[in-house]
Amino acid sequence: MTAAASEPKANMGQPVPRYDATAKVTGRATYASDMPLDNPAYAFLVTSAIAKGRIDRFDLDDAGRVRGVIDIVTHENAPKLKESKLFSNGGYAGTTIQPLKSAEIAHDGQIIAVVIAESYEAAREAANRIKVSYTAATPSASFDSPGTTTATAKGQNSQFKEDPKVGDFAKAFDAAEVKLTASYDTPTQHHNPMELFTTSCAWMGDNLVIYEGSQFVYGLKNGVAEQLGIDADKVRVVNPYVGGGFGSRGSMTPRTAIIAGIAKRLNRPIKLVPTRDQGFTIATYRAETRHEIKLGASRDGRLVALRHEGAEVSSRPDAYCVGGTKTTTRLYACPNVDSLVSIVRADRNTPGFMRSPPEVPYLFALESALDELAVKLDMDPIELRRINDTTNEPISGKPYTSRSLMACFDEAAKAFGWGQRSPQPKSMSDGDWLIGYGCAATCYPTQMAPSAARVRLQRDGRTRVEIAGHEIGTGAYTVIAQTAAERLGVPLEKVAVFIGDSELPPAPVAGGSNSTASTCSAVMMVCDQIRQRLLKAVMPSDSLADKAKETVGISPAPSTQAAKGDRSLDLEKAFDALGVVVLEEYGEWKPEGAPLDSFRAMHNGQVRLIGGHAMKDQIAYAFGAEFVEVRVNRFTHEIRCPRLVGAFAAGRIMNPRTARSQLMGGLIWGMSSALLEATELDERNARYVNDNLADYLVPVNADVPGVEVIMLSEQDDHINPVGAKGLGELANVGTNAAICNAIYHATGQRIRKLPVRLENIEV
Amino acid sequence: MRSFSYQRATDPDMAVQALGAAAASNNPLTKATAQPLAGGTTLIDLMKLDVMRPAAIVDINPLAHAWSAIEPGGDALRLGALAKMSDVAAHAEIQRSYPVIADSLKLAASAQLRNMATLGGNVMQRTRCNYFRDVSYENCNKRNPGSGCAAMDGVNRMHAVLGTSDQCIATYPGDFAQALIALDATVEITGKAGTRSMPFAQLHKAPGSTPDIETALQPGELISGFSIRGRWPRSVYLKARDRQSYEFALSSAAIALDVQDGTIRDARVALGGVATVPWRAREAEALLREQKFDEALAQRVADAAFADARGRRHNSFKIALGKRVVARALQQAVTMEI
Ligand SMILES: Cc1cc2nc3c(=O)[nH]c(=O)nc-3n(C[C@H](O)[C@H](O)[C@H](O)COP(=O)(O)OP(=O)(O)OC[C@H]3O[C@@H](n4cnc5c(N)ncnc54)[C@H](O)[C@@H]3O)c2cc1C
Ligand code: SF4
Repeated sequence: MTAAASEPKANMGQPVPRYDATAKVTGRATYASDMPLDNPAYAFLVTSAIAKGRIDRFDLDDAGRVRGVIDIVTHENAPKLKESKLFSNGGYAGTTIQPLKSAEIAHDGQIIAVVIAESYEAAREAANRIKVSYTAATPSASFDSPGTTTATAKGQNSQFKEDPKVGDFAKAFDAAEVKLTASYDTPTQHHNPMELFTTSCAWMGDNLVIYEGSQFVYGLKNGVAEQLGIDADKVRVVNPYVGGGFGSRGSMTPRTAIIAGIAKRLNRPIKLVPTRDQGFTIATYRAETRHEIKLGASRDGRLVALRHEGAEVSSRPDAYCVGGTKTTTRLYACPNVDSLVSIVRADRNTPGFMRSPPEVPYLFALESALDELAVKLDMDPIELRRINDTTNEPISGKPYTSRSLMACFDEAAKAFGWGQRSPQPKSMSDGDWLIGYGCAATCYPTQMAPSAARVRLQRDGRTRVEIAGHEIGTGAYTVIAQTAAERLGVPLEKVAVFIGDSELPPAPVAGGSNSTASTCSAVMMVCDQIRQRLLKAVMPSDSLADKAKETVGISPAPSTQAAKGDRSLDLEKAFDALGVVVLEEYGEWKPEGAPLDSFRAMHNGQVRLIGGHAMKDQIAYAFGAEFVEVRVNRFTHEIRCPRLVGAFAAGRIMNPRTARSQLMGGLIWGMSSALLEATELDERNARYVNDNLADYLVPVNADVPGVEVIMLSEQDDHINPVGAKGLGELANVGTNAAICNAIYHATGQRIRKLPVRLENIEV
Repeated sequence: MRSFSYQRATDPDMAVQALGAAAASNNPLTKATAQPLAGGTTLIDLMKLDVMRPAAIVDINPLAHAWSAIEPGGDALRLGALAKMSDVAAHAEIQRSYPVIADSLKLAASAQLRNMATLGGNVMQRTRCNYFRDVSYENCNKRNPGSGCAAMDGVNRMHAVLGTSDQCIATYPGDFAQALIALDATVEITGKAGTRSMPFAQLHKAPGSTPDIETALQPGELISGFSIRGRWPRSVYLKARDRQSYEFALSSAAIALDVQDGTIRDARVALGGVATVPWRAREAEALLREQKFDEALAQRVADAAFADARGRRHNSFKIALGKRVVARALQQAVTMEI
């Protein structure tokens, strides 16, 4: 087998090729803006050139003269929309700043007009010809700008209820033998998924179809219905493929209801394809953060005191917050822990989820600080983590359902060749290049949410699985098909999967890395309902059938999962006994501990994620260890990362091939986050400057010559029926710190602010 | 992007005429109502961004048969304006006799862009200043003469430290031009009155008080080719950048040396990524002539090259970086095997 499809270890599924591989490489996969529309009109957005103030006047004369222009929509004539609350306050929106409502401007690049024309080109030309007069006010851009307001996150954000604490931090820190205090900064970042933030809307009478890349079709459907003031049953969201999301498509953006409203008024389908730079301001982003870490330890390396204070930027009206202290206060054994998160309100768009929202910035701080502590202690950084490894989280003492952190460190260290590292900084080089080795822990909470599914099995084994999940590139089609095939004992080729459509049974948001665990658990449950019906048809009594459920597989292709016993059921015989040719089952699955209203919320497009530290008697995380080789040029100070090695344990690996892609992409993203990605803010006017893919740097192939992914075998029976921990957001967490730790090793210079640029190096 | 007319020029006269018709308006070349189209990788990009708004496009690609020579004959080199970056970079004789040219092209942009882009278009590429490229910023003296310069006190990490004025600090972003200016290239210009030549060093204009005037070309004039005398096998192009490929220079150096018996007879030093125009460091390179090379000399040359440099808030690092790049590139040129 190849590296891409390595031999599965214990508790891993088969590395079958992607269900949608051929469609994707042949260009047959249809994304939202590929969907055919009947005589569409084209929309082009105009966005504000100021971040704060008001629009005095539009001069539309020149624009209106462009041939093919149908309408120009501004706040003066926009369709009236209802407000939607923030997703974290029981709504669907990623921002409560609703454009085209008034002349007020609340952030850079806010939508201020929509041109509708017979062609994309005409709409774009007319948009360019619109002249806007503003009265600009001075905006507060970020942390250090005058005019911001700061308050603790606790009390403002319903998803961040508590600053975790335990013991007496102050006293323990005072008394600690070894102390470290350090501050860390992370930058603004944007997801930049390949697929632009396109939206097409078509009405058929009172019914609306929306084609839009979404990570949550039920959320979008309900949110748009709410904004339009119509019944959610009248709205359908379709997106069989999503060209990357990374969190940017998790909550509703204002554009969708606007386009739907205009389409209704013009009685014509409308297709919107915004530009790349507009994507920087019409959707969410990862806001910049600041951290102060205090660590106290005994000489032998045991942590006795840990404090993590974080500050995050949000918009004026919305208290978005990632609050990663919920993870960093629980990662290592430490009896005295304190933490505080605050939110700084500025004249910015509301930030939102971006791949591993809390863990990326907060673990950068903690895992860098641990490396600094290891240096102070003159201790190997892996050993420091081993000494503080724990089976129970320190805040409330709950046990981890499983935790393979140190096993990951050991495997990755071996594969990387950590033993060849000479610990002194600046002690390794190769010609013009100083070499540094660094490592860090990575982790991500294991989360699940209620999900439904419908499965139809035919006498000949053909199977159809329906579930409103999302293929954001992770392999959702593939693992859902594998789950059904294994559970029903039918060949994989006979399984057809339908996802990405809000007419299908509801699935949760494709976020928080919950999708595989949630959707596959639902599919598994519904497959079992079918099995049960078949078994009952051939078993003499119900109790026998119940017993057989666990032990009897279905032929003709009993798989390891389904065929726990040695007896198997003949599919055709069972169908004939029932006297039918098709069986169809629908079911709703919810994780243990899900609140009573979970299913209702699921149908209403609201997410009730369960897991991580918020479980009742235990805490569930996936873990990993990441090792990097960094090279710093003595003359140019250019920083390159020729080698990334990560070892990960995440419960059952459903498909080692798609999992590897996720983890590899995560490692590369992590490197990119450490060395390349930052959205530059012009602080004078709170505007983004490098809002395009030429200037917002992401790695090219030459930047990632070597990436190695190791998946450890791990069995966890306490998390969900499939036993899988989400891993989509696992690998890009530790890399930031690993790279800075390696840069320290290469140069002797500790860098605490991301991304690291060549001008930050002094050697 | 705005509507425009499109015309294919099948011979040079036709091209010059089509472009010349627009010349009457008295606009500087950058704002001329008719623009020649070569690979289009700069022009179409800027049209989409609404930065350039020509009413007419004159496609000069049909002239390729006459204007895409790559002729490294004996003791001189001729390059046609429509030669593709990738073809020149891959040419074995260019790699042997003019490594600074081959490398400046090979290290530029991406393979896809190099396959499209031409040498003429390359030297005419325009600055990557974000405030220039985003028309929602009003203050850009280059785009909107007299409106001010948003970059001066804005985000200016990529901006120039040499050749700046109080009107504009935009970097000339290209790589190849540094090789041309280092090798004393001549540029051939075809216009209404036929063909004229001038030193390549005179093609680009420092911003001064007219940053909208970027070159000595007049509307209606086209670059038809470049020529270089001599062979320069001992030459290097060193480029420091944020990522390993597909990225503009933060600082680069084009170095060409003639070393005989350990003594430097002739030396050329040009700088990229740090100046408003392709930059020849004449005073610095003069320090090398008739000298034996050592590290201290390299340091003096590097210091001299940046003696007049002036940094702003985010780009001051380019001065120290530029010096190290020059010193390292000199070292590489001296020690390279030819
Ligand atoms: C993402 C990106 C990264 C890049 N990175 C680099 C890099 O690292 N280094 C680098 O050097 N370049 C880089 N470039 C720039 C690229 O090399 C230039 O865009 C390209 O060389 C321009 O050539 P072209 O033939 O496409 O020009 P065009 O776009 O056709 O023309 C450019 C300009 O020159 C004019 N013009 C064209 N031909 C002539 C002629 N014969 N006479 C007179 N005027 C003419 C046009 O009217 C236009 O104004 C990059 C570009 C992009 C988009
Ligand atoms: S540096 Fe030059 S191009 Fe950039 S904003 Fe200033 S004037 Fe415009």
